[in-house]
Amino acid sequence: MSGFDFDIAVVGAGPAGLAAAARAAAGGASVVLLDEQAEPGGQIYRAVTETPVRDRRILGPDYWHGAELLGPLRDSGAAHWPGSTVWSVARAREDAAGGRRRIQIGLSRDGSASLLTVRHVILATGALERPFPIPGWTLPGVLGAGAAQVLLKTSGLVPSGATVMAGSGPLLWLLAWQYLQAGARIDAILDTTPRENWRAALPLLPGFLRSPYLGKGMKLLLEVRRKATVIGNVTALRAEGDGVLRTVVYTRNGSEHRLPAETLLLHQGVLPNLNLANATGCAQRWDEVQRCWRPTTDDWGATSVEGVSLAGDGAGIGGARAAEEAGRLAALDALHRLGRLDRAGRDRAAEPVRAALDRALAGRAFLDTLYRPAEPFRVPADDTIVCRCEEITAGAVREAVRLGCSGPNQAKSFLRCGMGPCQGRLCGPTVTEVIAAERGVSPAEVGYYRLRPPVKPITLAELAALPKGEADLDAVLKH
Amino acid sequence: MSETGTASGPSSSPSSGPGTAGFRPDVIVIGGGLHGCSAALHLSMRGVRVLVLEKDHVARHASGVNAGGVRQLGRHVAEVPLSVASMELWHRIGELVDDDCGFESHGQIKVAETEEELDGLQARVDELRALGFGHEETIGRDELRALVPAIADHCVGALVSRRDGAAIPFRTTFAFRRKAIALGARFQEGGAVTRLSRRGGLWTVETAEGGRFEAPVVVNCAGAWADRIAAQVGEPVPLEVIAPMLMITARVPPFIKPVVGAAGRTLSFKQFPNGTVLIGGGLLGRAERDENRTELDFSQVSVNARTVWDLFPIMRGATVVRSWAGIEARMPDQIPVIGPSGTEPDLFHAFGFSAHGFQLGPIVGRITADLITGGSTDLPIAPFRIGRFAA
Repeated sequence: MSGFDFDIAVVGAGPAGLAAAARAAAGGASVVLLDEQAEPGGQIYRAVTETPVRDRRILGPDYWHGAELLGPLRDSGAAHWPGSTVWSVARAREDAAGGRRRIQIGLSRDGSASLLTVRHVILATGALERPFPIPGWTLPGVLGAGAAQVLLKTSGLVPSGATVMAGSGPLLWLLAWQYLQAGARIDAILDTTPRENWRAALPLLPGFLRSPYLGKGMKLLLEVRRKATVIGNVTALRAEGDGVLRTVVYTRNGSEHRLPAETLLLHQGVLPNLNLANATGCAQRWDEVQRCWRPTTDDWGATSVEGVSLAGDGAGIGGARAAEEAGRLAALDALHRLGRLDRAGRDRAAEPVRAALDRALAGRAFLDTLYRPAEPFRVPADDTIVCRCEEITAGAVREAVRLGCSGPNQAKSFLRCGMGPCQGRLCGPTVTEVIAAERGVSPAEVGYYRLRPPVKPITLAELAALPKGEADLDAVLKH
Repeated sequence: MSETGTASGPSSSPSSGPGTAGFRPDVIVIGGGLHGCSAALHLSMRGVRVLVLEKDHVARHASGVNAGGVRQLGRHVAEVPLSVASMELWHRIGELVDDDCGFESHGQIKVAETEEELDGLQARVDELRALGFGHEETIGRDELRALVPAIADHCVGALVSRRDGAAIPFRTTFAFRRKAIALGARFQEGGAVTRLSRRGGLWTVETAEGGRFEAPVVVNCAGAWADRIAAQVGEPVPLEVIAPMLMITARVPPFIKPVVGAAGRTLSFKQFPNGTVLIGGGLLGRAERDENRTELDFSQVSVNARTVWDLFPIMRGATVVRSWAGIEARMPDQIPVIGPSGTEPDLFHAFGFSAHGFQLGPIVGRITADLITGGSTDLPIAPFRIGRFAA
C-alpha cells in the first residue's frame, strides 16, 4: 500500500460510509474514506462534531446518534480524507499489465486532482431532495428544506421574516420541529400529501406499527401540529414575486389562497443520489413505489460493475439507520471478495446486521406510499421551468417529444436540459416523468440520463496537472 | 430497379415517423447515423423508397456526440475533393434539410508553436496548390492574433481554412432524418441487424427484435459495427473501434470564434454561442461496442487539458463540467470505405470515417445516391474502395 493505493475506498461519510469504512478496516483491509465535507456525518449528521447548535434538544436525539459512529471509525485505522470530491470512478481495466486489476478513482482535494487506485469501492453517496418544480421555484427566497436544514446544522441559521413550508414527507416535519425547537418563525405548513394516499397506505400500516420511527414520528408530528398552522390537502402551489419571493399561492379544496412570504421551504421526499454510480456504468432500474431510478444491487449492495458496491440511500431510500447497517453488509462482502473473510464468516457476521436492517426498514413501504408526491408536483405544467441550469420548461420538453425525442438522453441533445453543471440532479427525475407522461409509457421505458464524469465540476488547471501516462502514474503510486 | 421489397417487423416507435408495416423499400440503409440519414435523404430526393434500420436510435453514437467540426482543413489529400464539394452543401445546408443545423462559419485554424511547424504547414499549402486546391493558407503572428486574440504568446502562425466552421451534430443528424422522412423515407429504430442475405436479386435483412425486411439494394452505414455487416457478405475489413474523448466547460464570456487545432498536438477547441467551450481532438478512451459503452481515460483527458493550458492562458481558471466519448470506426489508413461492395452486387458501403466523417456527411450521402441511381459518381472515390484491404 502506498499513499494512493488502497484495498477499499468508501465514498461519502454519512451513516453508510462511516459504518462501512469502520467495518472494512476492522476486518484488516486498508481503507480510505473519501468525503466532500470538512467533517464527517453526511447530510443527516452534518457537522455533528462541530455544530454551533449545542442545545441537544434542538436537533434531537436521532441527530446526535451520528456521533456514536465516529469512535469506531477512529479506532478502525481507516484513513479519513475530508474535503475530497470524487469526480470519477473508472472500471477495472481488462488489460492491466501484470494482472493488477485496479479501479481508478479521480478526486480533488485542496484544489488539486489526483488518481487513486483501489481494488474495491463502496459508494455511499446518500440522497438528494426530489425536485419540486412549481411555478416560481427559481425565485430567490425559495429553497429546499434540506438546504435550510444544512444551514441550521452548520451555522445555527434559521430564516427571519415570514416563512412558509410546503410539501410532504418525514424530513419536512423534522425540519419544522427543529425550527420550532430553535424558536424560528413558521407562518404556515402547506401539506401537499394527496388525500388518496392514505387509502393506499393504510393496508401497509401494520408494518409501520413495528417501525422504530413510529413513536418518534408521531410525537414530532403532534408537536408541530400543536404549535404551527398546518394546512392540509393542498393541490397546487406557486411562488410569486418581483425578483424575490413575495407571495405563496396555494389551492385547497378548489379555491386559491395567498400568503405573504419571504422564505418558502419546499420538500417532497428524497431520491438516491445516483450520479456517480450512473457515470460508473452501474445498471439501474425504475422503482415504481418510490418513483425514482435506483441502481440495481444484490443483498450485499454489489452492483452490476465488478468491484463496485453501494450502501445507504444511494441504493434506494431506507433512512439513516438502515444505511448504517447496509454499510456494514457492503463492507463484509468487500472483505470476502478481497479474500479477507470466507463465505461462512461473512454470512455469520452478517446475521445480526441483517436483523437490524430489517428492523430499520419496517414501515418503509407505508411511508413511501403515504408520501408519494402527487402527479402535478412531479409532472409540472408547460410554463414551469424543469431544468434550472439551462432554463428549459416542461412545455419545451413536451414539444421535443412531439418532434421525436423519446427519452432524457435525446432531450439532452435537443434542448441541452441536464447539460449544465448540476448534471441533471435538479431536472432528471422531472424530465423522465414528463417524457413518460407525454408518450404515455412508463418511466422505465424512457430511461434516464447517461451521466458522464467528472460528476462534480473540476478546474482545467487541476485536470492539466494530473499524471499523464502509466509511467507517471507508477511514479505517483510508488512515492 | 424493377423489383421492390417488403417489410415486416415490429411497429415503429412513436418517434420514428410513419410505421414500416407493409412498406416496400427500394433500398435498405443499415445505420441511422449522419451518413445513413444523408444517404436516405439524397435517395428520397430522387424518389427512391428508403428504409433506415437503426439498432439504437438515430444519432445515438458518433453522429450525435462528436465535436461538430465542419472542416476541410488538414484533410488527407484523397478526401479533399469530397470535402470541398461537401463544404458547398454545408453553406446551403438550410436549403437541403430545412434547418441551419447550428452551422456557423468562422473558419478553422491550425496553430504552429514553432517555426518548424509553420514550415510544415506551408509545405502542406504548397502540396494542395499543386493539386489545384486553394482553400488552405498560412498566416503569420499578427493575423493569428487578429483572428484568435486569446492565443498564447509563443504561437508563431497558423494554417487557416476560412470557409470552415462547426455545427451541432445531433441537430444536424436529426434534420437529415426529418427531411428524409418528409420525402417518404421510413425509419425503424431499435433492433440491430443480425443477418444479411441475398437470394434471387433480393436482400433479406433480419434484426434482433424479430424484424425481417427485404429490398433490392442495401447500404452499409453501420459505423463502428459496419465490419460485422461486411463480414456477412465475405468482405472482412480491419476496422478498429475507437472512443475519441471530448470535454466541455462551464460558460465563460465569449472570446473566440474560429475552431482551433494545433500542428504539433492533438486538439480541437471551440466556443459555443452559449459560452461553453468544447475541448477534444481525438485522444482516445476505451470503447466497449457490445455494451454501447465507453470508458474515459483521464490521464489522456489530462493531456488535452494541458494543451489548452499552454495555448489558451485565458482558460486556466475554467471549470470542466462533463466529458464523454463516442464510438467510432477507424481504418488502418485513416480514410473511410466508400463505394460498392467487392463481393456482392447491389450492396454499397459508407463507413470507417476515422473520427472525421461529420463534415463529409452531406456529400457522401449524395455519392451513395449517385452510385445507386446512376451507377457512377463524378467525385473520385477510388481511394476509398473496400478492396484495398484485401491481402
